Amino acid sequence: MTNTNNKILLEVTGLYTSFFTGEEIIPAVNDVTFTVKAGEVFGLVGESGSGKTVTAHSIMRLVHPPGRIVSGRIVFEGTDLLTLSDKQMEEVRGNRIGMVFQEPMTALNPVLRIGEQIGEAIEIHGTRDRGEVKKRTLELLRQVGFDEPERRYIQYPHQLSGGQRQRVLMAMAISCDPSLIIADEPTTALDVATESQILGLIRGLVDTLGMSMIFITHDLTIMKSMGQAVGLMYAGRMVERNRVEDFFKEPLHPYGRGLLESIFGFSSDTKRLKAIPGSVPKLSELPSGCKFHPRCPYVMDVCRGEEPAMKEVRKDQWVRCYLY
Amino acid sequence: MGSLLSVLDLKKYYEVRRSVFSVAKETIKAVDGVSLELEAGRTLGVVGESGSGKSTLARCVLLLERPDAGEVFFDGVNLLTAGREEMNRLRRQMQIIFQDPYSSLNPRMKIADIIAEPLKFHNITKGRANVSAKVGEILRSVGLDEDSLGKYPHEMSGGQRQRVAIGRALATEPALIIADEPVSSLDVSIQAQIVNLFLDIREKSNISMVFVSHDLNIVRFLSDRILVLYRGKVVETGGRDEVFLNPLHPYTRMLIKASKGEFALRQEAPSDGEWEGCSYYENCEDKEGHCRGQVPELTGGNDHKVACFLNK
Repeated sequence: MTNTNNKILLEVTGLYTSFFTGEEIIPAVNDVTFTVKAGEVFGLVGESGSGKTVTAHSIMRLVHPPGRIVSGRIVFEGTDLLTLSDKQMEEVRGNRIGMVFQEPMTALNPVLRIGEQIGEAIEIHGTRDRGEVKKRTLELLRQVGFDEPERRYIQYPHQLSGGQRQRVLMAMAISCDPSLIIADEPTTALDVATESQILGLIRGLVDTLGMSMIFITHDLTIMKSMGQAVGLMYAGRMVERNRVEDFFKEPLHPYGRGLLESIFGFSSDTKRLKAIPGSVPKLSELPSGCKFHPRCPYVMDVCRGEEPAMKEVRKDQWVRCYLY
Repeated sequence: MGSLLSVLDLKKYYEVRRSVFSVAKETIKAVDGVSLELEAGRTLGVVGESGSGKSTLARCVLLLERPDAGEVFFDGVNLLTAGREEMNRLRRQMQIIFQDPYSSLNPRMKIADIIAEPLKFHNITKGRANVSAKVGEILRSVGLDEDSLGKYPHEMSGGQRQRVAIGRALATEPALIIADEPVSSLDVSIQAQIVNLFLDIREKSNISMVFVSHDLNIVRFLSDRILVLYRGKVVETGGRDEVFLNPLHPYTRMLIKASKGEFALRQEAPSDGEWEGCSYYENCEDKEGHCRGQVPELTGGNDHKVACFLNK
């Protein structure tokens, strides 16, 4: 928060990523546009299959066949990542953009000591001097909240708890001082007490190191205390981009409103939760027009025709809906 | 009045090897002396995280797994000493709904047959026409239409599959349903639909429910009473409003905060070595020296009990 200014670090414009399976084309990411400012946590939220992880993988250029980035621009620190060679992209990955995944056990090598794994991450993109590497590794372990870094240094992943492993992944992600970290559901596999601690750690690191972060989650409640901006995804589209405060106070898109009501809104007249009717459409069988219209309580004729475009309602508040 | 379900000092321990290669064994106390009471027509919400023992508790209560110690009374009958025939009769009265409707429904059976199976097994409905009428009635009661009858589970969405699982559980007109995380594998926008379905069911019948979940928001909507489990032990229990409006255990307070999106933004709890006392000691924000010495007992009146030294 301390480092938030208006400088834009990442600008994703009109991103389309599809999966070509032979029989059909699955449009996983469809016209996604958003910006991440320097020092800000941007929450990418949506249900499973909404396209949030594919969006993140597109930014990292980690979309593998049959998936392919079809079009769009991903401008990071002034360079369009989609124009870089594979080798140049490797330099960006890990060095300028760090990543933290959901399952910390599979992301770590089970037969390497913690210290060696973090050291490896440092060596790939930075110094190779052994003393320097060890010094930096211990410093990183301390930074992610370990009291006894020397003890952790010689331990193996299986000797750590889930939360501790996630801390190690954070240490690796920040080892080269990246300006952006992409965290994909980093706390989903953890219990609530540990989740709370890891979220606290992430928030603290972002603030003290002045990094930006794309925080991917299906859990809206987390975003309430995590970030500055939020992008809500539905069926491969970004349907709303808003400031966190405004989103939780007054979400713009009927889908966002429905989600918040189904979590926090209990109607005392009916003694029921306000549920969103229907179910999430399959990406291969999307409805016409606005993809949310079959479930929308405010649906109008126009919603069934052409899909609405993203519209800026107020500064930094965008919505893909004909109500505005 | 009288309890439909009484559980007394239930224990279930597992012995596990410390690692694949080691001979040394470790005892995991999955359920460690849990007691609970459920009156007819009421819903008990069991709250806990993964590893708290809540699923083991659910399975032990229904004797899907045999507890190591303790007693389970259902409708006055001690299930642990009940004979096979009596148990079969009682099974009809107790149904369970699992988290993942995809693995709990037979993929080779059509929906109509999945729901008809318990009707036939327990001899509830006789004759083909009667069975099919009953199946249709059950489907409608869980919000599915006749189109679903000829479908297979994989042809349905997660929410629809969970409706089928609920319908199947209701088919025997049970007195007790134990639902183990019945909405947590569903999309957020579908969860509320299923929660509302449970509310409908409860309103229309005098069914008793044990609703097991890690999600406090959902438990709150559904339960009359709450039981909070932590590492196999009850740390707090009481009426829904007492627990939510006046949580006494630091763990319950943390869970309630987290469910509102307020996180304890703090560092890792420093390791305190081995201790004998309260199992929440390591993570507790309010701990005092004596908390690591001995295990707190569950104390308090009938309306609200807590196992914490700081509430005396």
